[in-house]
Amino acid sequence: MSQRVALEASHAVAEAVRMADVDVISAYPITPQTHIPERLAEMVANGELNAAYIPVESEHSALSTCLGAAAVGARTFTATAGQGLELMHEVVYIASSMRYPVVMAVCNRALSAPLNVWGDHSDAMAVRDTGWIQVFCQNGQEAFDLTLWAFRVGEDPKVLFPVMVHLDGFTLSHVTEPVILPEQSEVDRFLPRFQYPFALDPDKPMTHGAFGPPDIYSETKLAQEVAFRKSKKVILQGWQEFGDIFHRYYHPVEEYKTEDAQTLLLTMGAFTETAKIVIDERRDKGESIGLISLRLWRPFPFEEFRQAVKGAKVLIVFDRCISFGLGGPVFAEIRSALYDEEPRPKVVGIIGGLGGRDMSEEDFDYVINRGREIAEKGSDRILETVNIR
Amino acid sequence: MADELTWKDLEVGNIIKEAGNASFRETGDWRTEKPILDKEKCVKCALCWIYCPDAAIKPSEEGYYESDLYYCKGCGICASICPERAITMIAEEEK
Amino acid sequence: MKAQAVKFGEKLVPTKEFLAEGHSFCIGCGEALALRLACKALGKDVIIANATGCIEICTSPLPFTSWRVPWIHTLFENTAAVISGVEAGLKTLTKKNKRPVRDIKCVAIAGDGGTSDIGIQALSGAFERNHEFLYICFDNEAYMNTGVQRSSATPYGASTTTAPAGKFSIGQITRKKNMVAIAAAHDIPYVATACPSYRFDLMKKVRKGAEVKGPAYVHILSPCPTGWRYSTELTVKIGQLAVQTGIFPLYEIENGRYRLNADPPKLKPIEEYLKLQGRYRHLTGEQIERIQEMVNEDYAKLKKKVAASPM
Repeated sequence: MSQRVALEASHAVAEAVRMADVDVISAYPITPQTHIPERLAEMVANGELNAAYIPVESEHSALSTCLGAAAVGARTFTATAGQGLELMHEVVYIASSMRYPVVMAVCNRALSAPLNVWGDHSDAMAVRDTGWIQVFCQNGQEAFDLTLWAFRVGEDPKVLFPVMVHLDGFTLSHVTEPVILPEQSEVDRFLPRFQYPFALDPDKPMTHGAFGPPDIYSETKLAQEVAFRKSKKVILQGWQEFGDIFHRYYHPVEEYKTEDAQTLLLTMGAFTETAKIVIDERRDKGESIGLISLRLWRPFPFEEFRQAVKGAKVLIVFDRCISFGLGGPVFAEIRSALYDEEPRPKVVGIIGGLGGRDMSEEDFDYVINRGREIAEKGSDRILETVNIR
Repeated sequence: MADELTWKDLEVGNIIKEAGNASFRETGDWRTEKPILDKEKCVKCALCWIYCPDAAIKPSEEGYYESDLYYCKGCGICASICPERAITMIAEEEK
Repeated sequence: MKAQAVKFGEKLVPTKEFLAEGHSFCIGCGEALALRLACKALGKDVIIANATGCIEICTSPLPFTSWRVPWIHTLFENTAAVISGVEAGLKTLTKKNKRPVRDIKCVAIAGDGGTSDIGIQALSGAFERNHEFLYICFDNEAYMNTGVQRSSATPYGASTTTAPAGKFSIGQITRKKNMVAIAAAHDIPYVATACPSYRFDLMKKVRKGAEVKGPAYVHILSPCPTGWRYSTELTVKIGQLAVQTGIFPLYEIENGRYRLNADPPKLKPIEEYLKLQGRYRHLTGEQIERIQEMVNEDYAKLKKKVAASPM
């Protein structure tokens, strides 16, 4: 029988890693990620998990170690946040380009300077072009489910891409919620053993990581992009299989009360749950409003997204990051994704929730009101923000 | 060779499965001088074989060590370390 | 049938080339020679992780590879971390019965820049965590792959493109970082220096380093005709002179015990080594004298450590 237990989201991630029977964990401590590797180290020390826990000297080495282990066919996991993700940045590209299906949880954190250990999406946005499959979690259950699913999809022989599971630092990573933990037998049915077809082996000596001169580099990148786009099929299939076994079905774009909605709010991550309360209240008052949330961030779910916003007049995108000189990165991508659509909603962007700044229901009320105002009259501000003095 | 490949020809992650396929590559055309072995002087000590950076010297059936000019880059290490001075470097002729 | 090995007195060296011909190392490259010998010593049952640098570039231009053993390159500074993962991965998979029991040597290789500069943090971490691996530094005393820029392993007085000799500079104004001592400070079971001019010594040390329980470090001086600016046929001779003059002594540190492997009764004057190389051509007699003093000092220090080590 599956059981419903109170778990901190970080520990839910660790439980998923344990039930996935991961082989090698390599991590370096950084707030707010620490509860994940701490719990995993404890599991290994207790014998709850038969794995190597490698306490490396940096995040750069954390991911590098996972590459080496994956290259011999081990199931690998690491976790980081903020500056840690920045330090491993070049390794992040290597993992996807060399097609090692490492699973990494990122407890989203602001980027220095000034130093700030609290949550926003600056770290996630800095790695959006790195070729990892990326999903955003909204609650502890999703943190568990999507971590488990990440191994299933990334390691699929038709995929072989690393997967990043984003959970908001503190506002999700440190929150304790009821989480349903499945039976090990169900997990085993969902997640087959990792069978890496190109493992480094003296009997079949292969070369991993040859260098690409100008006469072939472009072809390597095209091959990577084609394979990455094609992974979408397995991503969807993985969620279907997950739902069939665990009875929770996930989709690339979550739609909440979007039916006939004139106004749509778009959020990603844990604040989505706060935003939903505001949507409920407004719906109760008879407003034509709904919410969509991108669960799958990469590969970008163009089709599902365009379908989800069909018929809406205004789409308000809430970003937790500034792309300096451009504005909200999610906003910019969303607007670009809709450019060829006719008709399409007016897309406006508002930025807030930076470096741990909370977003209350009132703040989302402001986002919606101001968003509609900008959609109608335009904006003469450099940046549209919420709850920033 | 590389410029004949399309993206469809590449392995997952650009892995190379044919171990040592670089041995198809000719490096002998880098050479400006080539080694000539005087078999009368050669004592088959194999020093030239072990000190060749390009693995271009191969043991022959008769027990000599002879340069494979497909690979030999003409560095002259073999000639310089030969204790019997059995190897001399001569200018490569124009092709 | 072709001979499987070439006989040198009692010693047998396999004819099999684990590093295939057709690589693009420079003409007369001492590093290619050292690597070829090291690969012969390591044999078939090995996994090699390689840092970015001359070796990586010269052996793996897509779609070609010189490697006849499993090989992985990812980045410049993380090679010790990658091999940590290889080692931990193999161990854990074996422990969990996901792969058969088999002795596979885990070997990391890098240049002096990848070792003593940008890769030193990852290397120190891997030593400290006690992974079972051999790390080989192929030291050609500068960033040769990018065009002879100075590294912390460049010796005092050598001219490089980023520490050039000039009216106001001798070239490299700092002393060569003692990477061997840094490795030894981690109290790992085996540390050694080697040079391809001493072929059997090199192969013996690489083999020993691969077989020892725990981390091992072998530092190989790899003469570079391109960067050191000497005539290509002199590679072996230059290596011999490095040892005979004492600027690069051959020694081992086994479980903390120092032993010199070649200790000539009288060291040759350093000038014999320096004068063959363009990178030292600018040196005055006085400056050569200064370098001689440094060599004497360092050699005396080493001999003290040897003398203090129980036999």
